[in-house]
Amino acid sequence: MSVVTEGRATGGPDGSTGPLLSLRGISKHFGPVHALNDVDLDVPPGQITALVGDNGAGKSVLIKTIAGIWAPTSGTISWEGRPVEIRTPREADNLGIATVYQDLALCDNLDIVQNMFLGHEDLTHRLLDETRMELTARQTLTDLSVTTVQSVRQLVGSLSGGQRQSVAVARAVMRDARLVIMDEPTAALGVSQTAQVLDLIHTLGARGITVIVISHNLNDVFEVADRLAVLYLGRLVSSGSIDEYDRQRAVELITTGRSADDEPAGPATTDREG
Amino acid sequence: MATDEEQGTAESARPLQTDIPGTASVEPDDDTPVTQPALPELSESLGEYIRVVAKRIRSGESGVLPVLGGLILLVIIFQVQDSVFLSAGNLVNLLVQGSVFVLLGMAEIWVLVLGEIDLSVGYVAGIGGTVMAILSTTHGLPWWVAILGAIASTAVIGAVWGTLVIRLRLPSFVVTLAGLLGMEGVLLYLVNANGTGGTIRITDPVLIDIANGNLSTVAGWIVMIVSVALVGGVIFFRDRHRRMSGLVAPPLVISVLKIVVIAAAGIALVLVCNTDRGALIPVQGVPYVVLVVLGVLGVWTFLLGRTRFGRYLYAIGNNAEAARRAGISLGWNKQWAFTLTGLTAGIAGVVYASRLGSISNNIDGGTLVLYAVASAVIGGASLFGGRGKMVYALLGGLVIATIYNGMGLLGLAASYQYMVTALVLVAAVTIDSLARRGRTTGD
Repeated sequence: MSVVTEGRATGGPDGSTGPLLSLRGISKHFGPVHALNDVDLDVPPGQITALVGDNGAGKSVLIKTIAGIWAPTSGTISWEGRPVEIRTPREADNLGIATVYQDLALCDNLDIVQNMFLGHEDLTHRLLDETRMELTARQTLTDLSVTTVQSVRQLVGSLSGGQRQSVAVARAVMRDARLVIMDEPTAALGVSQTAQVLDLIHTLGARGITVIVISHNLNDVFEVADRLAVLYLGRLVSSGSIDEYDRQRAVELITTGRSADDEPAGPATTDREG
Repeated sequence: MATDEEQGTAESARPLQTDIPGTASVEPDDDTPVTQPALPELSESLGEYIRVVAKRIRSGESGVLPVLGGLILLVIIFQVQDSVFLSAGNLVNLLVQGSVFVLLGMAEIWVLVLGEIDLSVGYVAGIGGTVMAILSTTHGLPWWVAILGAIASTAVIGAVWGTLVIRLRLPSFVVTLAGLLGMEGVLLYLVNANGTGGTIRITDPVLIDIANGNLSTVAGWIVMIVSVALVGGVIFFRDRHRRMSGLVAPPLVISVLKIVVIAAAGIALVLVCNTDRGALIPVQGVPYVVLVVLGVLGVWTFLLGRTRFGRYLYAIGNNAEAARRAGISLGWNKQWAFTLTGLTAGIAGVVYASRLGSISNNIDGGTLVLYAVASAVIGGASLFGGRGKMVYALLGGLVIATIYNGMGLLGLAASYQYMVTALVLVAAVTIDSLARRGRTTGD
């Protein structure tokens, strides 16, 4: 219903729980094209994982697999240790996985409240309960420290890029998302707008929400991420705590799939932090 | 009616950072620039409220004001040209003439909001009238069976268009263009098979009275007072609820003012209609058809504005992919929109047949549908989807009826009527386009 509870933040750091989301041997083939090959990835709760890779590395294919847009050709997905099948966006939604796509999927002709509740409107006597929705939307935006929108009854079409991103994320958070996947949230944004969105991602992390963020921009990645996962031509070539990487190594991994610091590139290395 | 529009602007909240306790920690220091001047807030005080509304209008959210202004302008022109125009008899005549345009325009709004179109509503309305005439006159069934049969059959026709558009993914333009041609054929077939000399007469007095009968003067007042009390109550308590929930609502003065305006309009309507307009025998009272139009307007506005279904139509019309990702069933909602278009066209057909007292095989359904689309667009609906309200069809339909009626009074030929209607249509779209340009470039 309403906003993120404090309790969730404790799930991650205390170490007692395993990864929130765990992928094992995920492959996705489109006919002869092997978009994903045997990807293993663990996403620990309460952390911000940056998924990086060059164009065509399979980032979007991977998140669409998690988001239920299509099923993987092979491999298993576990959610809180239990194997799950995510066949539709609705099933992802029910697990608590929310995806904020690059195009944001907002309706410009509806206002912020209407967009945040789209598909999940509060009803009273089978009629839209605008007052309750407006109060909840305002509270959620406030909790996320989104302060730049003047009115929650503004049409989304009149918002700036950063504000639109905020609305899309707030929608996910309001529906009790536990894992928010953001696809290139800062692409096409100016400097101050980018700063807004990065703040927002920090806020999500601070509230114990797990985040997977796709980005091309290593500045942004090193600013917000706790963990890094690098895809190269459909394979996960490296993943681990952000501390294990510097800019140089990340660039090498993204462009060549291997790094001079690394042992010869194995298909996947996970969870070195133990 | 105008309240629906005002209320849209009134539902606004104050800036988020204020007045929510325990959130003072948000720091607006380094990187929280307000990037663009957002729409101004509505404020508590009356003067501020008016200023803010004026600013919104300038920034492009003019709502129904342009068409309302145009309507008043037309009325003034025609009254200056011919003083009969504003006589009670002519005004009531105008309302009855306009009812079919308004109903067809409301039928069109359902699909226009989706970004679709229905070119068949004119002949579908004709089918509705024909089915009613056949059931009543040919088969001698009671009037209510005839009406239900008419509306059910047109709803089914609308549902068929919807199914073709959704399941086969055909463009609605083509499906309903075929529908226009096909339904003209069906209409000819039905009328020729059941009528004499290309017409079916309507004999049932109740059916005739729909467009030709009047409420008694007392009943007119009672219905008006009950309706105004109902609408006024809804406005008053909704605004009060918003104020009490800590959301910004229009000041009490505005709530009261809205109710006063509605009451004044209601009183004016009943006064005009209750004036004796008969030549030989006294004729007075509110025509039943006015109640039909206002009833349909009320129910459809409610459905479009206060339910999930209505909300989803706007979402689909603007961004179908976003709606789909939000878990909204595109097929189900579109299906119902097309069905409601057919159903509303059926109501228009019932009124049309009632007004003429018969249904004939030379109905010009092609012109009717163009008037239907024009009504909706003149009122402010968008052909590209996502924008439109039922009240737009009312105002647009009244504009068309005013031109039709006023030019008829002046004895101008049909040629002029068409040309003037065309100019008004172009003017309406131009105003809308200019207003939107104003919105995107700021003020």
